[in-house]
Amino acid sequence: MEVNLKEMCRTVREDILTMIHAAGSGHPGGSLSSVEIMVALYFGDVMKVDAKNPDWNDRDRFILSKGHVAPVLYSVLARKGFFPVEELGTLRKFGSILQGHPHKAHTPGLECSAGSLGQGLSVANGIALAFKKLGTGQRVYCLMGDGELQEGQIWEAAMFAPQQKLDNVCAIVDYNHVQLDGTVEEIKSLDNLPARWNDFGWNVIEVDGHDVNALVHAFKLAALTKDRPSVLIAHTVKGKGVSFMEGDCNWHGNCPNAEQLAQALAEVRGATS
Amino acid sequence: MSVKKIPMRDGYGKALLELIAANPKVIALDADVAKSTRSGWVKDKFPDNFIDMGIAEQDLAGTAAGLALGGMLPFTSTYAVFMAGRAWDEIRTTICYNNLNVKIAGAHAGISVGPDGATHQALEDVAIMRVLPNMTVVCPCDAEETRKATLAFAKIDGPCYVRFGREAVPVVTDETTPFELGKARLCREGSDVAIIACGAMVYESLEAAKVLADENISAEVIDLHTVKPIDVDAVVAAAKKCGCVVTAEEHQIFGGMGSAVAECLAKNFPAPQEFIAIQDTFGESGQPQELMDAYGLNQSSIVAAAKKVIARK
Repeated sequence: MEVNLKEMCRTVREDILTMIHAAGSGHPGGSLSSVEIMVALYFGDVMKVDAKNPDWNDRDRFILSKGHVAPVLYSVLARKGFFPVEELGTLRKFGSILQGHPHKAHTPGLECSAGSLGQGLSVANGIALAFKKLGTGQRVYCLMGDGELQEGQIWEAAMFAPQQKLDNVCAIVDYNHVQLDGTVEEIKSLDNLPARWNDFGWNVIEVDGHDVNALVHAFKLAALTKDRPSVLIAHTVKGKGVSFMEGDCNWHGNCPNAEQLAQALAEVRGATS
Repeated sequence: MSVKKIPMRDGYGKALLELIAANPKVIALDADVAKSTRSGWVKDKFPDNFIDMGIAEQDLAGTAAGLALGGMLPFTSTYAVFMAGRAWDEIRTTICYNNLNVKIAGAHAGISVGPDGATHQALEDVAIMRVLPNMTVVCPCDAEETRKATLAFAKIDGPCYVRFGREAVPVVTDETTPFELGKARLCREGSDVAIIACGAMVYESLEAAKVLADENISAEVIDLHTVKPIDVDAVVAAAKKCGCVVTAEEHQIFGGMGSAVAECLAKNFPAPQEFIAIQDTFGESGQPQELMDAYGLNQSSIVAAAKKVIARK
């Protein structure tokens, strides 16, 4: 099935805004900045998955490390066919398959729980190491936030993957420069971020995190890299697509009211790129 | 009479070698203390089944979670104070919440680690592992029981924690002694007081029972190796039979095996209980036996507690 990637990004943005509004809480900022990354992975012929058989043994794996952007992952999984799109309306509600932060047991297509930041890259490395040990060829993708890189465990894991030559790991940093309390730069800066990863031994690919075709290309470049892991530094805008959310830390974890939702949806639907 | 002594960690190392010989998907991970935990025996004999994660306990736990998700059977080890403490959030949110098949060993547990002092004396690990849903917690009494517990972990699905000390401790069981996860082991029958112990305190309890017998006090001794899930039937039966209980463990008084027994009895058969444990304080440097004596973790303390609890009946 040929998917119009840009159209899918629009749909996912609408889902994110609608589901967070319906839930009454959630994290729109980082969800919106990750849209193109997630659409490229699931719809850009990057990851091998089978929505009809979520536990297919030979699938590639996606580990969400910044668990609070669950809405973008849920939308993409639903649009991919892992579960009915109608489920998105149950986000964060009692009995829902869509927990406020992801839980493996609840959601088809979800590989691991997340919510306590800084843990996903270790998990991705472990899966990738298992694939190496078992001689299978799958790849493992891991999405991290930039604020999340303040967690020390990320850098423990960043040392491990090159040590083990885990070229089947592809990490992605959603570099949107905004965290809950303010900008990353004013709180704990990530100056020279590509150089930091490079110095740790990673193949670093910088990419426009809102250019879905560029992202697909970057993922393919990463897959061609041997003997060391790759990291995509995806330059993004927090709250991308909604003018009053963009770059504003107050929309990290805030819910749009009905009026704000209407304006946001109008902007997303009217976007030309 | 000298008693044969072996460190419990030897049992852990032996079990790992047996498991890997039978199943190449078993993989041992350590955080730069492999020589101490005996996971280093795997490094020597099966290098492809061993990963040294370096001094990075959180990454150790997270990577083990990933290995389990990827189809391997990981056994992680480092000092209990770091394994359970430093990596607690990873164990909670990634391993236990996902109910992953990760086996965790806390070595050098208890005050008997000695001269290294309080930073290295894990006295809280049973409490903080026991509160986690899906987690099985075992405190074996000797090297052979440690071996059997480790082997048993491989047969069940889900996270498991085993803790053991550094020192060579008396051999209490042998290859023929039955072991079943979740089933307490009756070591000595008695009727006046039930001493429920785990870890190295099982031997101390058996010695205490001999002293009590000389004073015509009949003490039952139970090895409650599996702290979680607790053997409710065995604990309740002992309390009913003896009418009072002493618990003995090398751990803080709050939250450990003694607490688990108290919770069980409060719900099923309330009975007087005395707690032999560290009394809500940090340890200090010293020789192992010196510390065990100073902190009341020995047979004479158990004897005194037994008499005290019998008087409360």
